[in-house]
Amino acid sequence: MIFNPFAVAKRLRKIGLVGINQRNADYVLRYNKRKFYPRVDDKLLTKQLAIEHGLPVPELYAVVREEHEIEEVHAKLKDREKFVVKPAHGSGGDGIMVVVGRRGSKYRRANGLLMTEDEFNHHLSNALSGLFSLGGQADAVLIEYCVEFDPVFDHVSYRGVPDIRIIVFQGYPVMAMIRLPTRMSDGKANLHQGAIGVGIDLPTGRTCKGVWGNEPVKEHPDTEHSIIGMEIPHWDDLMMIAATASDMSGLGYVGVDIVLDKQLGPMILELNARPGLAIQIANGNGLQHRLQAIEALPKLAATAQERVAFSREHFGTV
Amino acid sequence: MKKSQLYILAFILAAIGFGWAGYKYQVLKFPLEPDAEVQVWTIQARAEFNATGGPNQVELQLPGRAVSDQPGFVVLDERLISRSYGEQMTKSRGGRQVEWSVRRARGKQSLYYVATVVRDEHEWVDDSRPRLADEPELSEAEQAALDTVFDEVKAESADTATFSRALVRKLILDPEDGGAQLLMANRGGARGKAEFLASALAIRKIRARVIYGLILTQSNATAEVLPLLQVHNDQRWVTIDLRNAEEGVPENFFLWSRSAKPLLQVDSDDSPNLTFNVQYNLADAMVMAKRRSEVRNRDLVNYSLLGLPLDAQSTYRILLMVPLGAFIMLLLRNFVGIKTFGTFMPVLIALAFRETQLIGGIALFVTVVGMGLLVRFYLERLRLLLVPRLTAVLTLVVLLMAAVSVVSNRMGIEVGLSVALFPIVIMAMTIERMSIAWDERGPSHALKEGFGTLVTACLAYVIMTWDRLEFLFFVYPELLLVLFALTLVMGRYSGYRLTELLRFRALATEQSK
Ligand SMILES: Nc1ncnc2c1ncn2[C@@H]1O[C@H](COP(=O)(O)OP(=O)(O)O)[C@@H](O)[C@H]1O
Ligand SMILES: [Mg+2]
Repeated sequence: MIFNPFAVAKRLRKIGLVGINQRNADYVLRYNKRKFYPRVDDKLLTKQLAIEHGLPVPELYAVVREEHEIEEVHAKLKDREKFVVKPAHGSGGDGIMVVVGRRGSKYRRANGLLMTEDEFNHHLSNALSGLFSLGGQADAVLIEYCVEFDPVFDHVSYRGVPDIRIIVFQGYPVMAMIRLPTRMSDGKANLHQGAIGVGIDLPTGRTCKGVWGNEPVKEHPDTEHSIIGMEIPHWDDLMMIAATASDMSGLGYVGVDIVLDKQLGPMILELNARPGLAIQIANGNGLQHRLQAIEALPKLAATAQERVAFSREHFGTV
Repeated sequence: MKKSQLYILAFILAAIGFGWAGYKYQVLKFPLEPDAEVQVWTIQARAEFNATGGPNQVELQLPGRAVSDQPGFVVLDERLISRSYGEQMTKSRGGRQVEWSVRRARGKQSLYYVATVVRDEHEWVDDSRPRLADEPELSEAEQAALDTVFDEVKAESADTATFSRALVRKLILDPEDGGAQLLMANRGGARGKAEFLASALAIRKIRARVIYGLILTQSNATAEVLPLLQVHNDQRWVTIDLRNAEEGVPENFFLWSRSAKPLLQVDSDDSPNLTFNVQYNLADAMVMAKRRSEVRNRDLVNYSLLGLPLDAQSTYRILLMVPLGAFIMLLLRNFVGIKTFGTFMPVLIALAFRETQLIGGIALFVTVVGMGLLVRFYLERLRLLLVPRLTAVLTLVVLLMAAVSVVSNRMGIEVGLSVALFPIVIMAMTIERMSIAWDERGPSHALKEGFGTLVTACLAYVIMTWDRLEFLFFVYPELLLVLFALTLVMGRYSGYRLTELLRFRALATEQSK
């Protein structure tokens, strides 16, 4: 079949698929005020805000702001077996290092590779000098609790934490997916690094369709387990957390990333002011109809409960 | 901000840009193409006379220099050549003249006036006040003949213009009957006849005069002065061609003088000789347009890029293309969806390609970035901090380029020699960006983005160095306003990008099932 851009565009418009240009022009630029961006771009600030609002986040073990603090960090971490190193202004999973154990003085990363203290220091120093931050400005590094993921996802993840992305528009959750790490994504759940995205039906909290890269998939490529029809635990909590987090951020169009911990339950990993569009492929649905439904509401509901109830009633995956 | 407001703003900007450019093209005749040529005539008027030894005064009528003085031409430049004579240009009601004077002169003298003339379409304003010419002195027989002619002509005409035309036909074109022949005998050549007609018309209270000019053709030759008869019909001057009695100024007519005075008057010589020599040429349209706008208004040139010193001009030739390159980036990124390193990096690379030419530039870019990447991977293992590492890479890029230059020089290729301005920093940044992408997103991603950057740079280069376009933007910089307006409009494009269509293609087919 030959590729006819006009026919494809027409069909996509019918589904209500939102493209990057439209997302930027009609939603991000219009609903997200610049002054609130630091709340989501700086992961340290996000964490503080979340704690103030009583939202669960992974515990912060240490913050490194200066080059000389790097050496001291090893001492601070000596009792921790597992932890995650993360640049405060990183994006797209850049610069994130998931440490899952030690061997002697070396650290073992999620992908199984060992890392010397030296290499570890080098990574931190790179992050501090802004290698992973947008625009290359100097950055801080967070070291935080490594989430022990809920065993329900054991058979559909390859060495990493699956995270759940919920897009919230003016306080209403509108679409959700779960991202499953693969061997390719090095334990990280970022889609463009090779994780699988699986759409979640908002009313039931069950997974429905999956994509890997741009291909639809039904099984996890590493574990070969079905990824369809899984029930996401704590679904109502997750929706509530997302709705509340969006209030806290002040942004009208925001993506909330949540992980499920074995003991501690749902935790917010980060917020995104420009959430990606692949969630639409994962769900096989466009965002536009749902966003328009909310824009058409005469009045926005005040409480998170009401908004979640509205979304669960109206935004089923078709 | 409302969308309509944006469109109105864009429309106004585009209108200003187009209007301005249109004025320059239509009226000032700025060319659209670099090697466009215009027709130029160099007219030389030579006054020849005998001097008797004493003081001498010479007066030559000159064509008007104001734009509206001429029906279809404009004088861009003029020059007087007169060795020992003092010269003075004066303006009077009848027109412009030069007065040459000398204390002592003897023998054959020649003085010159040279004008450079180009075509120019504009309104011909002639607000000179009409007056009756002096009536001719006629013998009784002539008087009677003229009355008969007037009566005949009157019978077949309706107004001043048709009356005069009929008279021209009767007396000049075919003076058949005896009366007409009697009247026109001994009137001299075309000029004498024309002047007689003008004075004869005064008898019937018709205000008439003779104007003089040249027909400019596409050949070099001595030109004859062509007299035209003008009669005033209470509203305007009506011009009548004496060669065919047609109304209107003949084509290619260059008006020299409409003064009642003779074209050339010399104190010492009653029959001086005035000859016109016309040279036809094609000249650079740009130069002529510049002169033309100077004639209109000096500030048009002084406050434009054309008024800058030449080296600044050539800088602006390049600079004006940068927005165009950025615009192409906009198209490729927001409409096609190509991914590149940095927002405007490809434009900068394209600028760098100017120095090296395309093929050489690509080869150099790929070689230096490729080798730089290898070294960068090695430096990574040495664990340098970011800034020292960047410095190291930068140093390396310079060394690599030096090496490429030396090697290519030995091999007799010129590529490496013209790289002086190749933005080294840009290459160093590309290497750094690419190696991070390589580490973090995998080689395929890094190569894809690197390739996207290179392709975009090539495209930007091809367009930015297209000399017609470069010329167009340099001559009409106001077109950037149009580009600006386009950018504003496209800034609100919220449709799909081409790559997005490819990416989401599966979704479209899935739904259609
Ligand atoms: N505390 C953590 N515990 C376990 N995995 C984590 C943790 N933080 C991040 N990750 C992994 O890294 C990925 C990216 O982290 P995230 O905080 O979303 O940063 P980014 O802004 O770079 O996307 C997550 O999807 C998750 O898989
Ligand atoms: Mg993330």
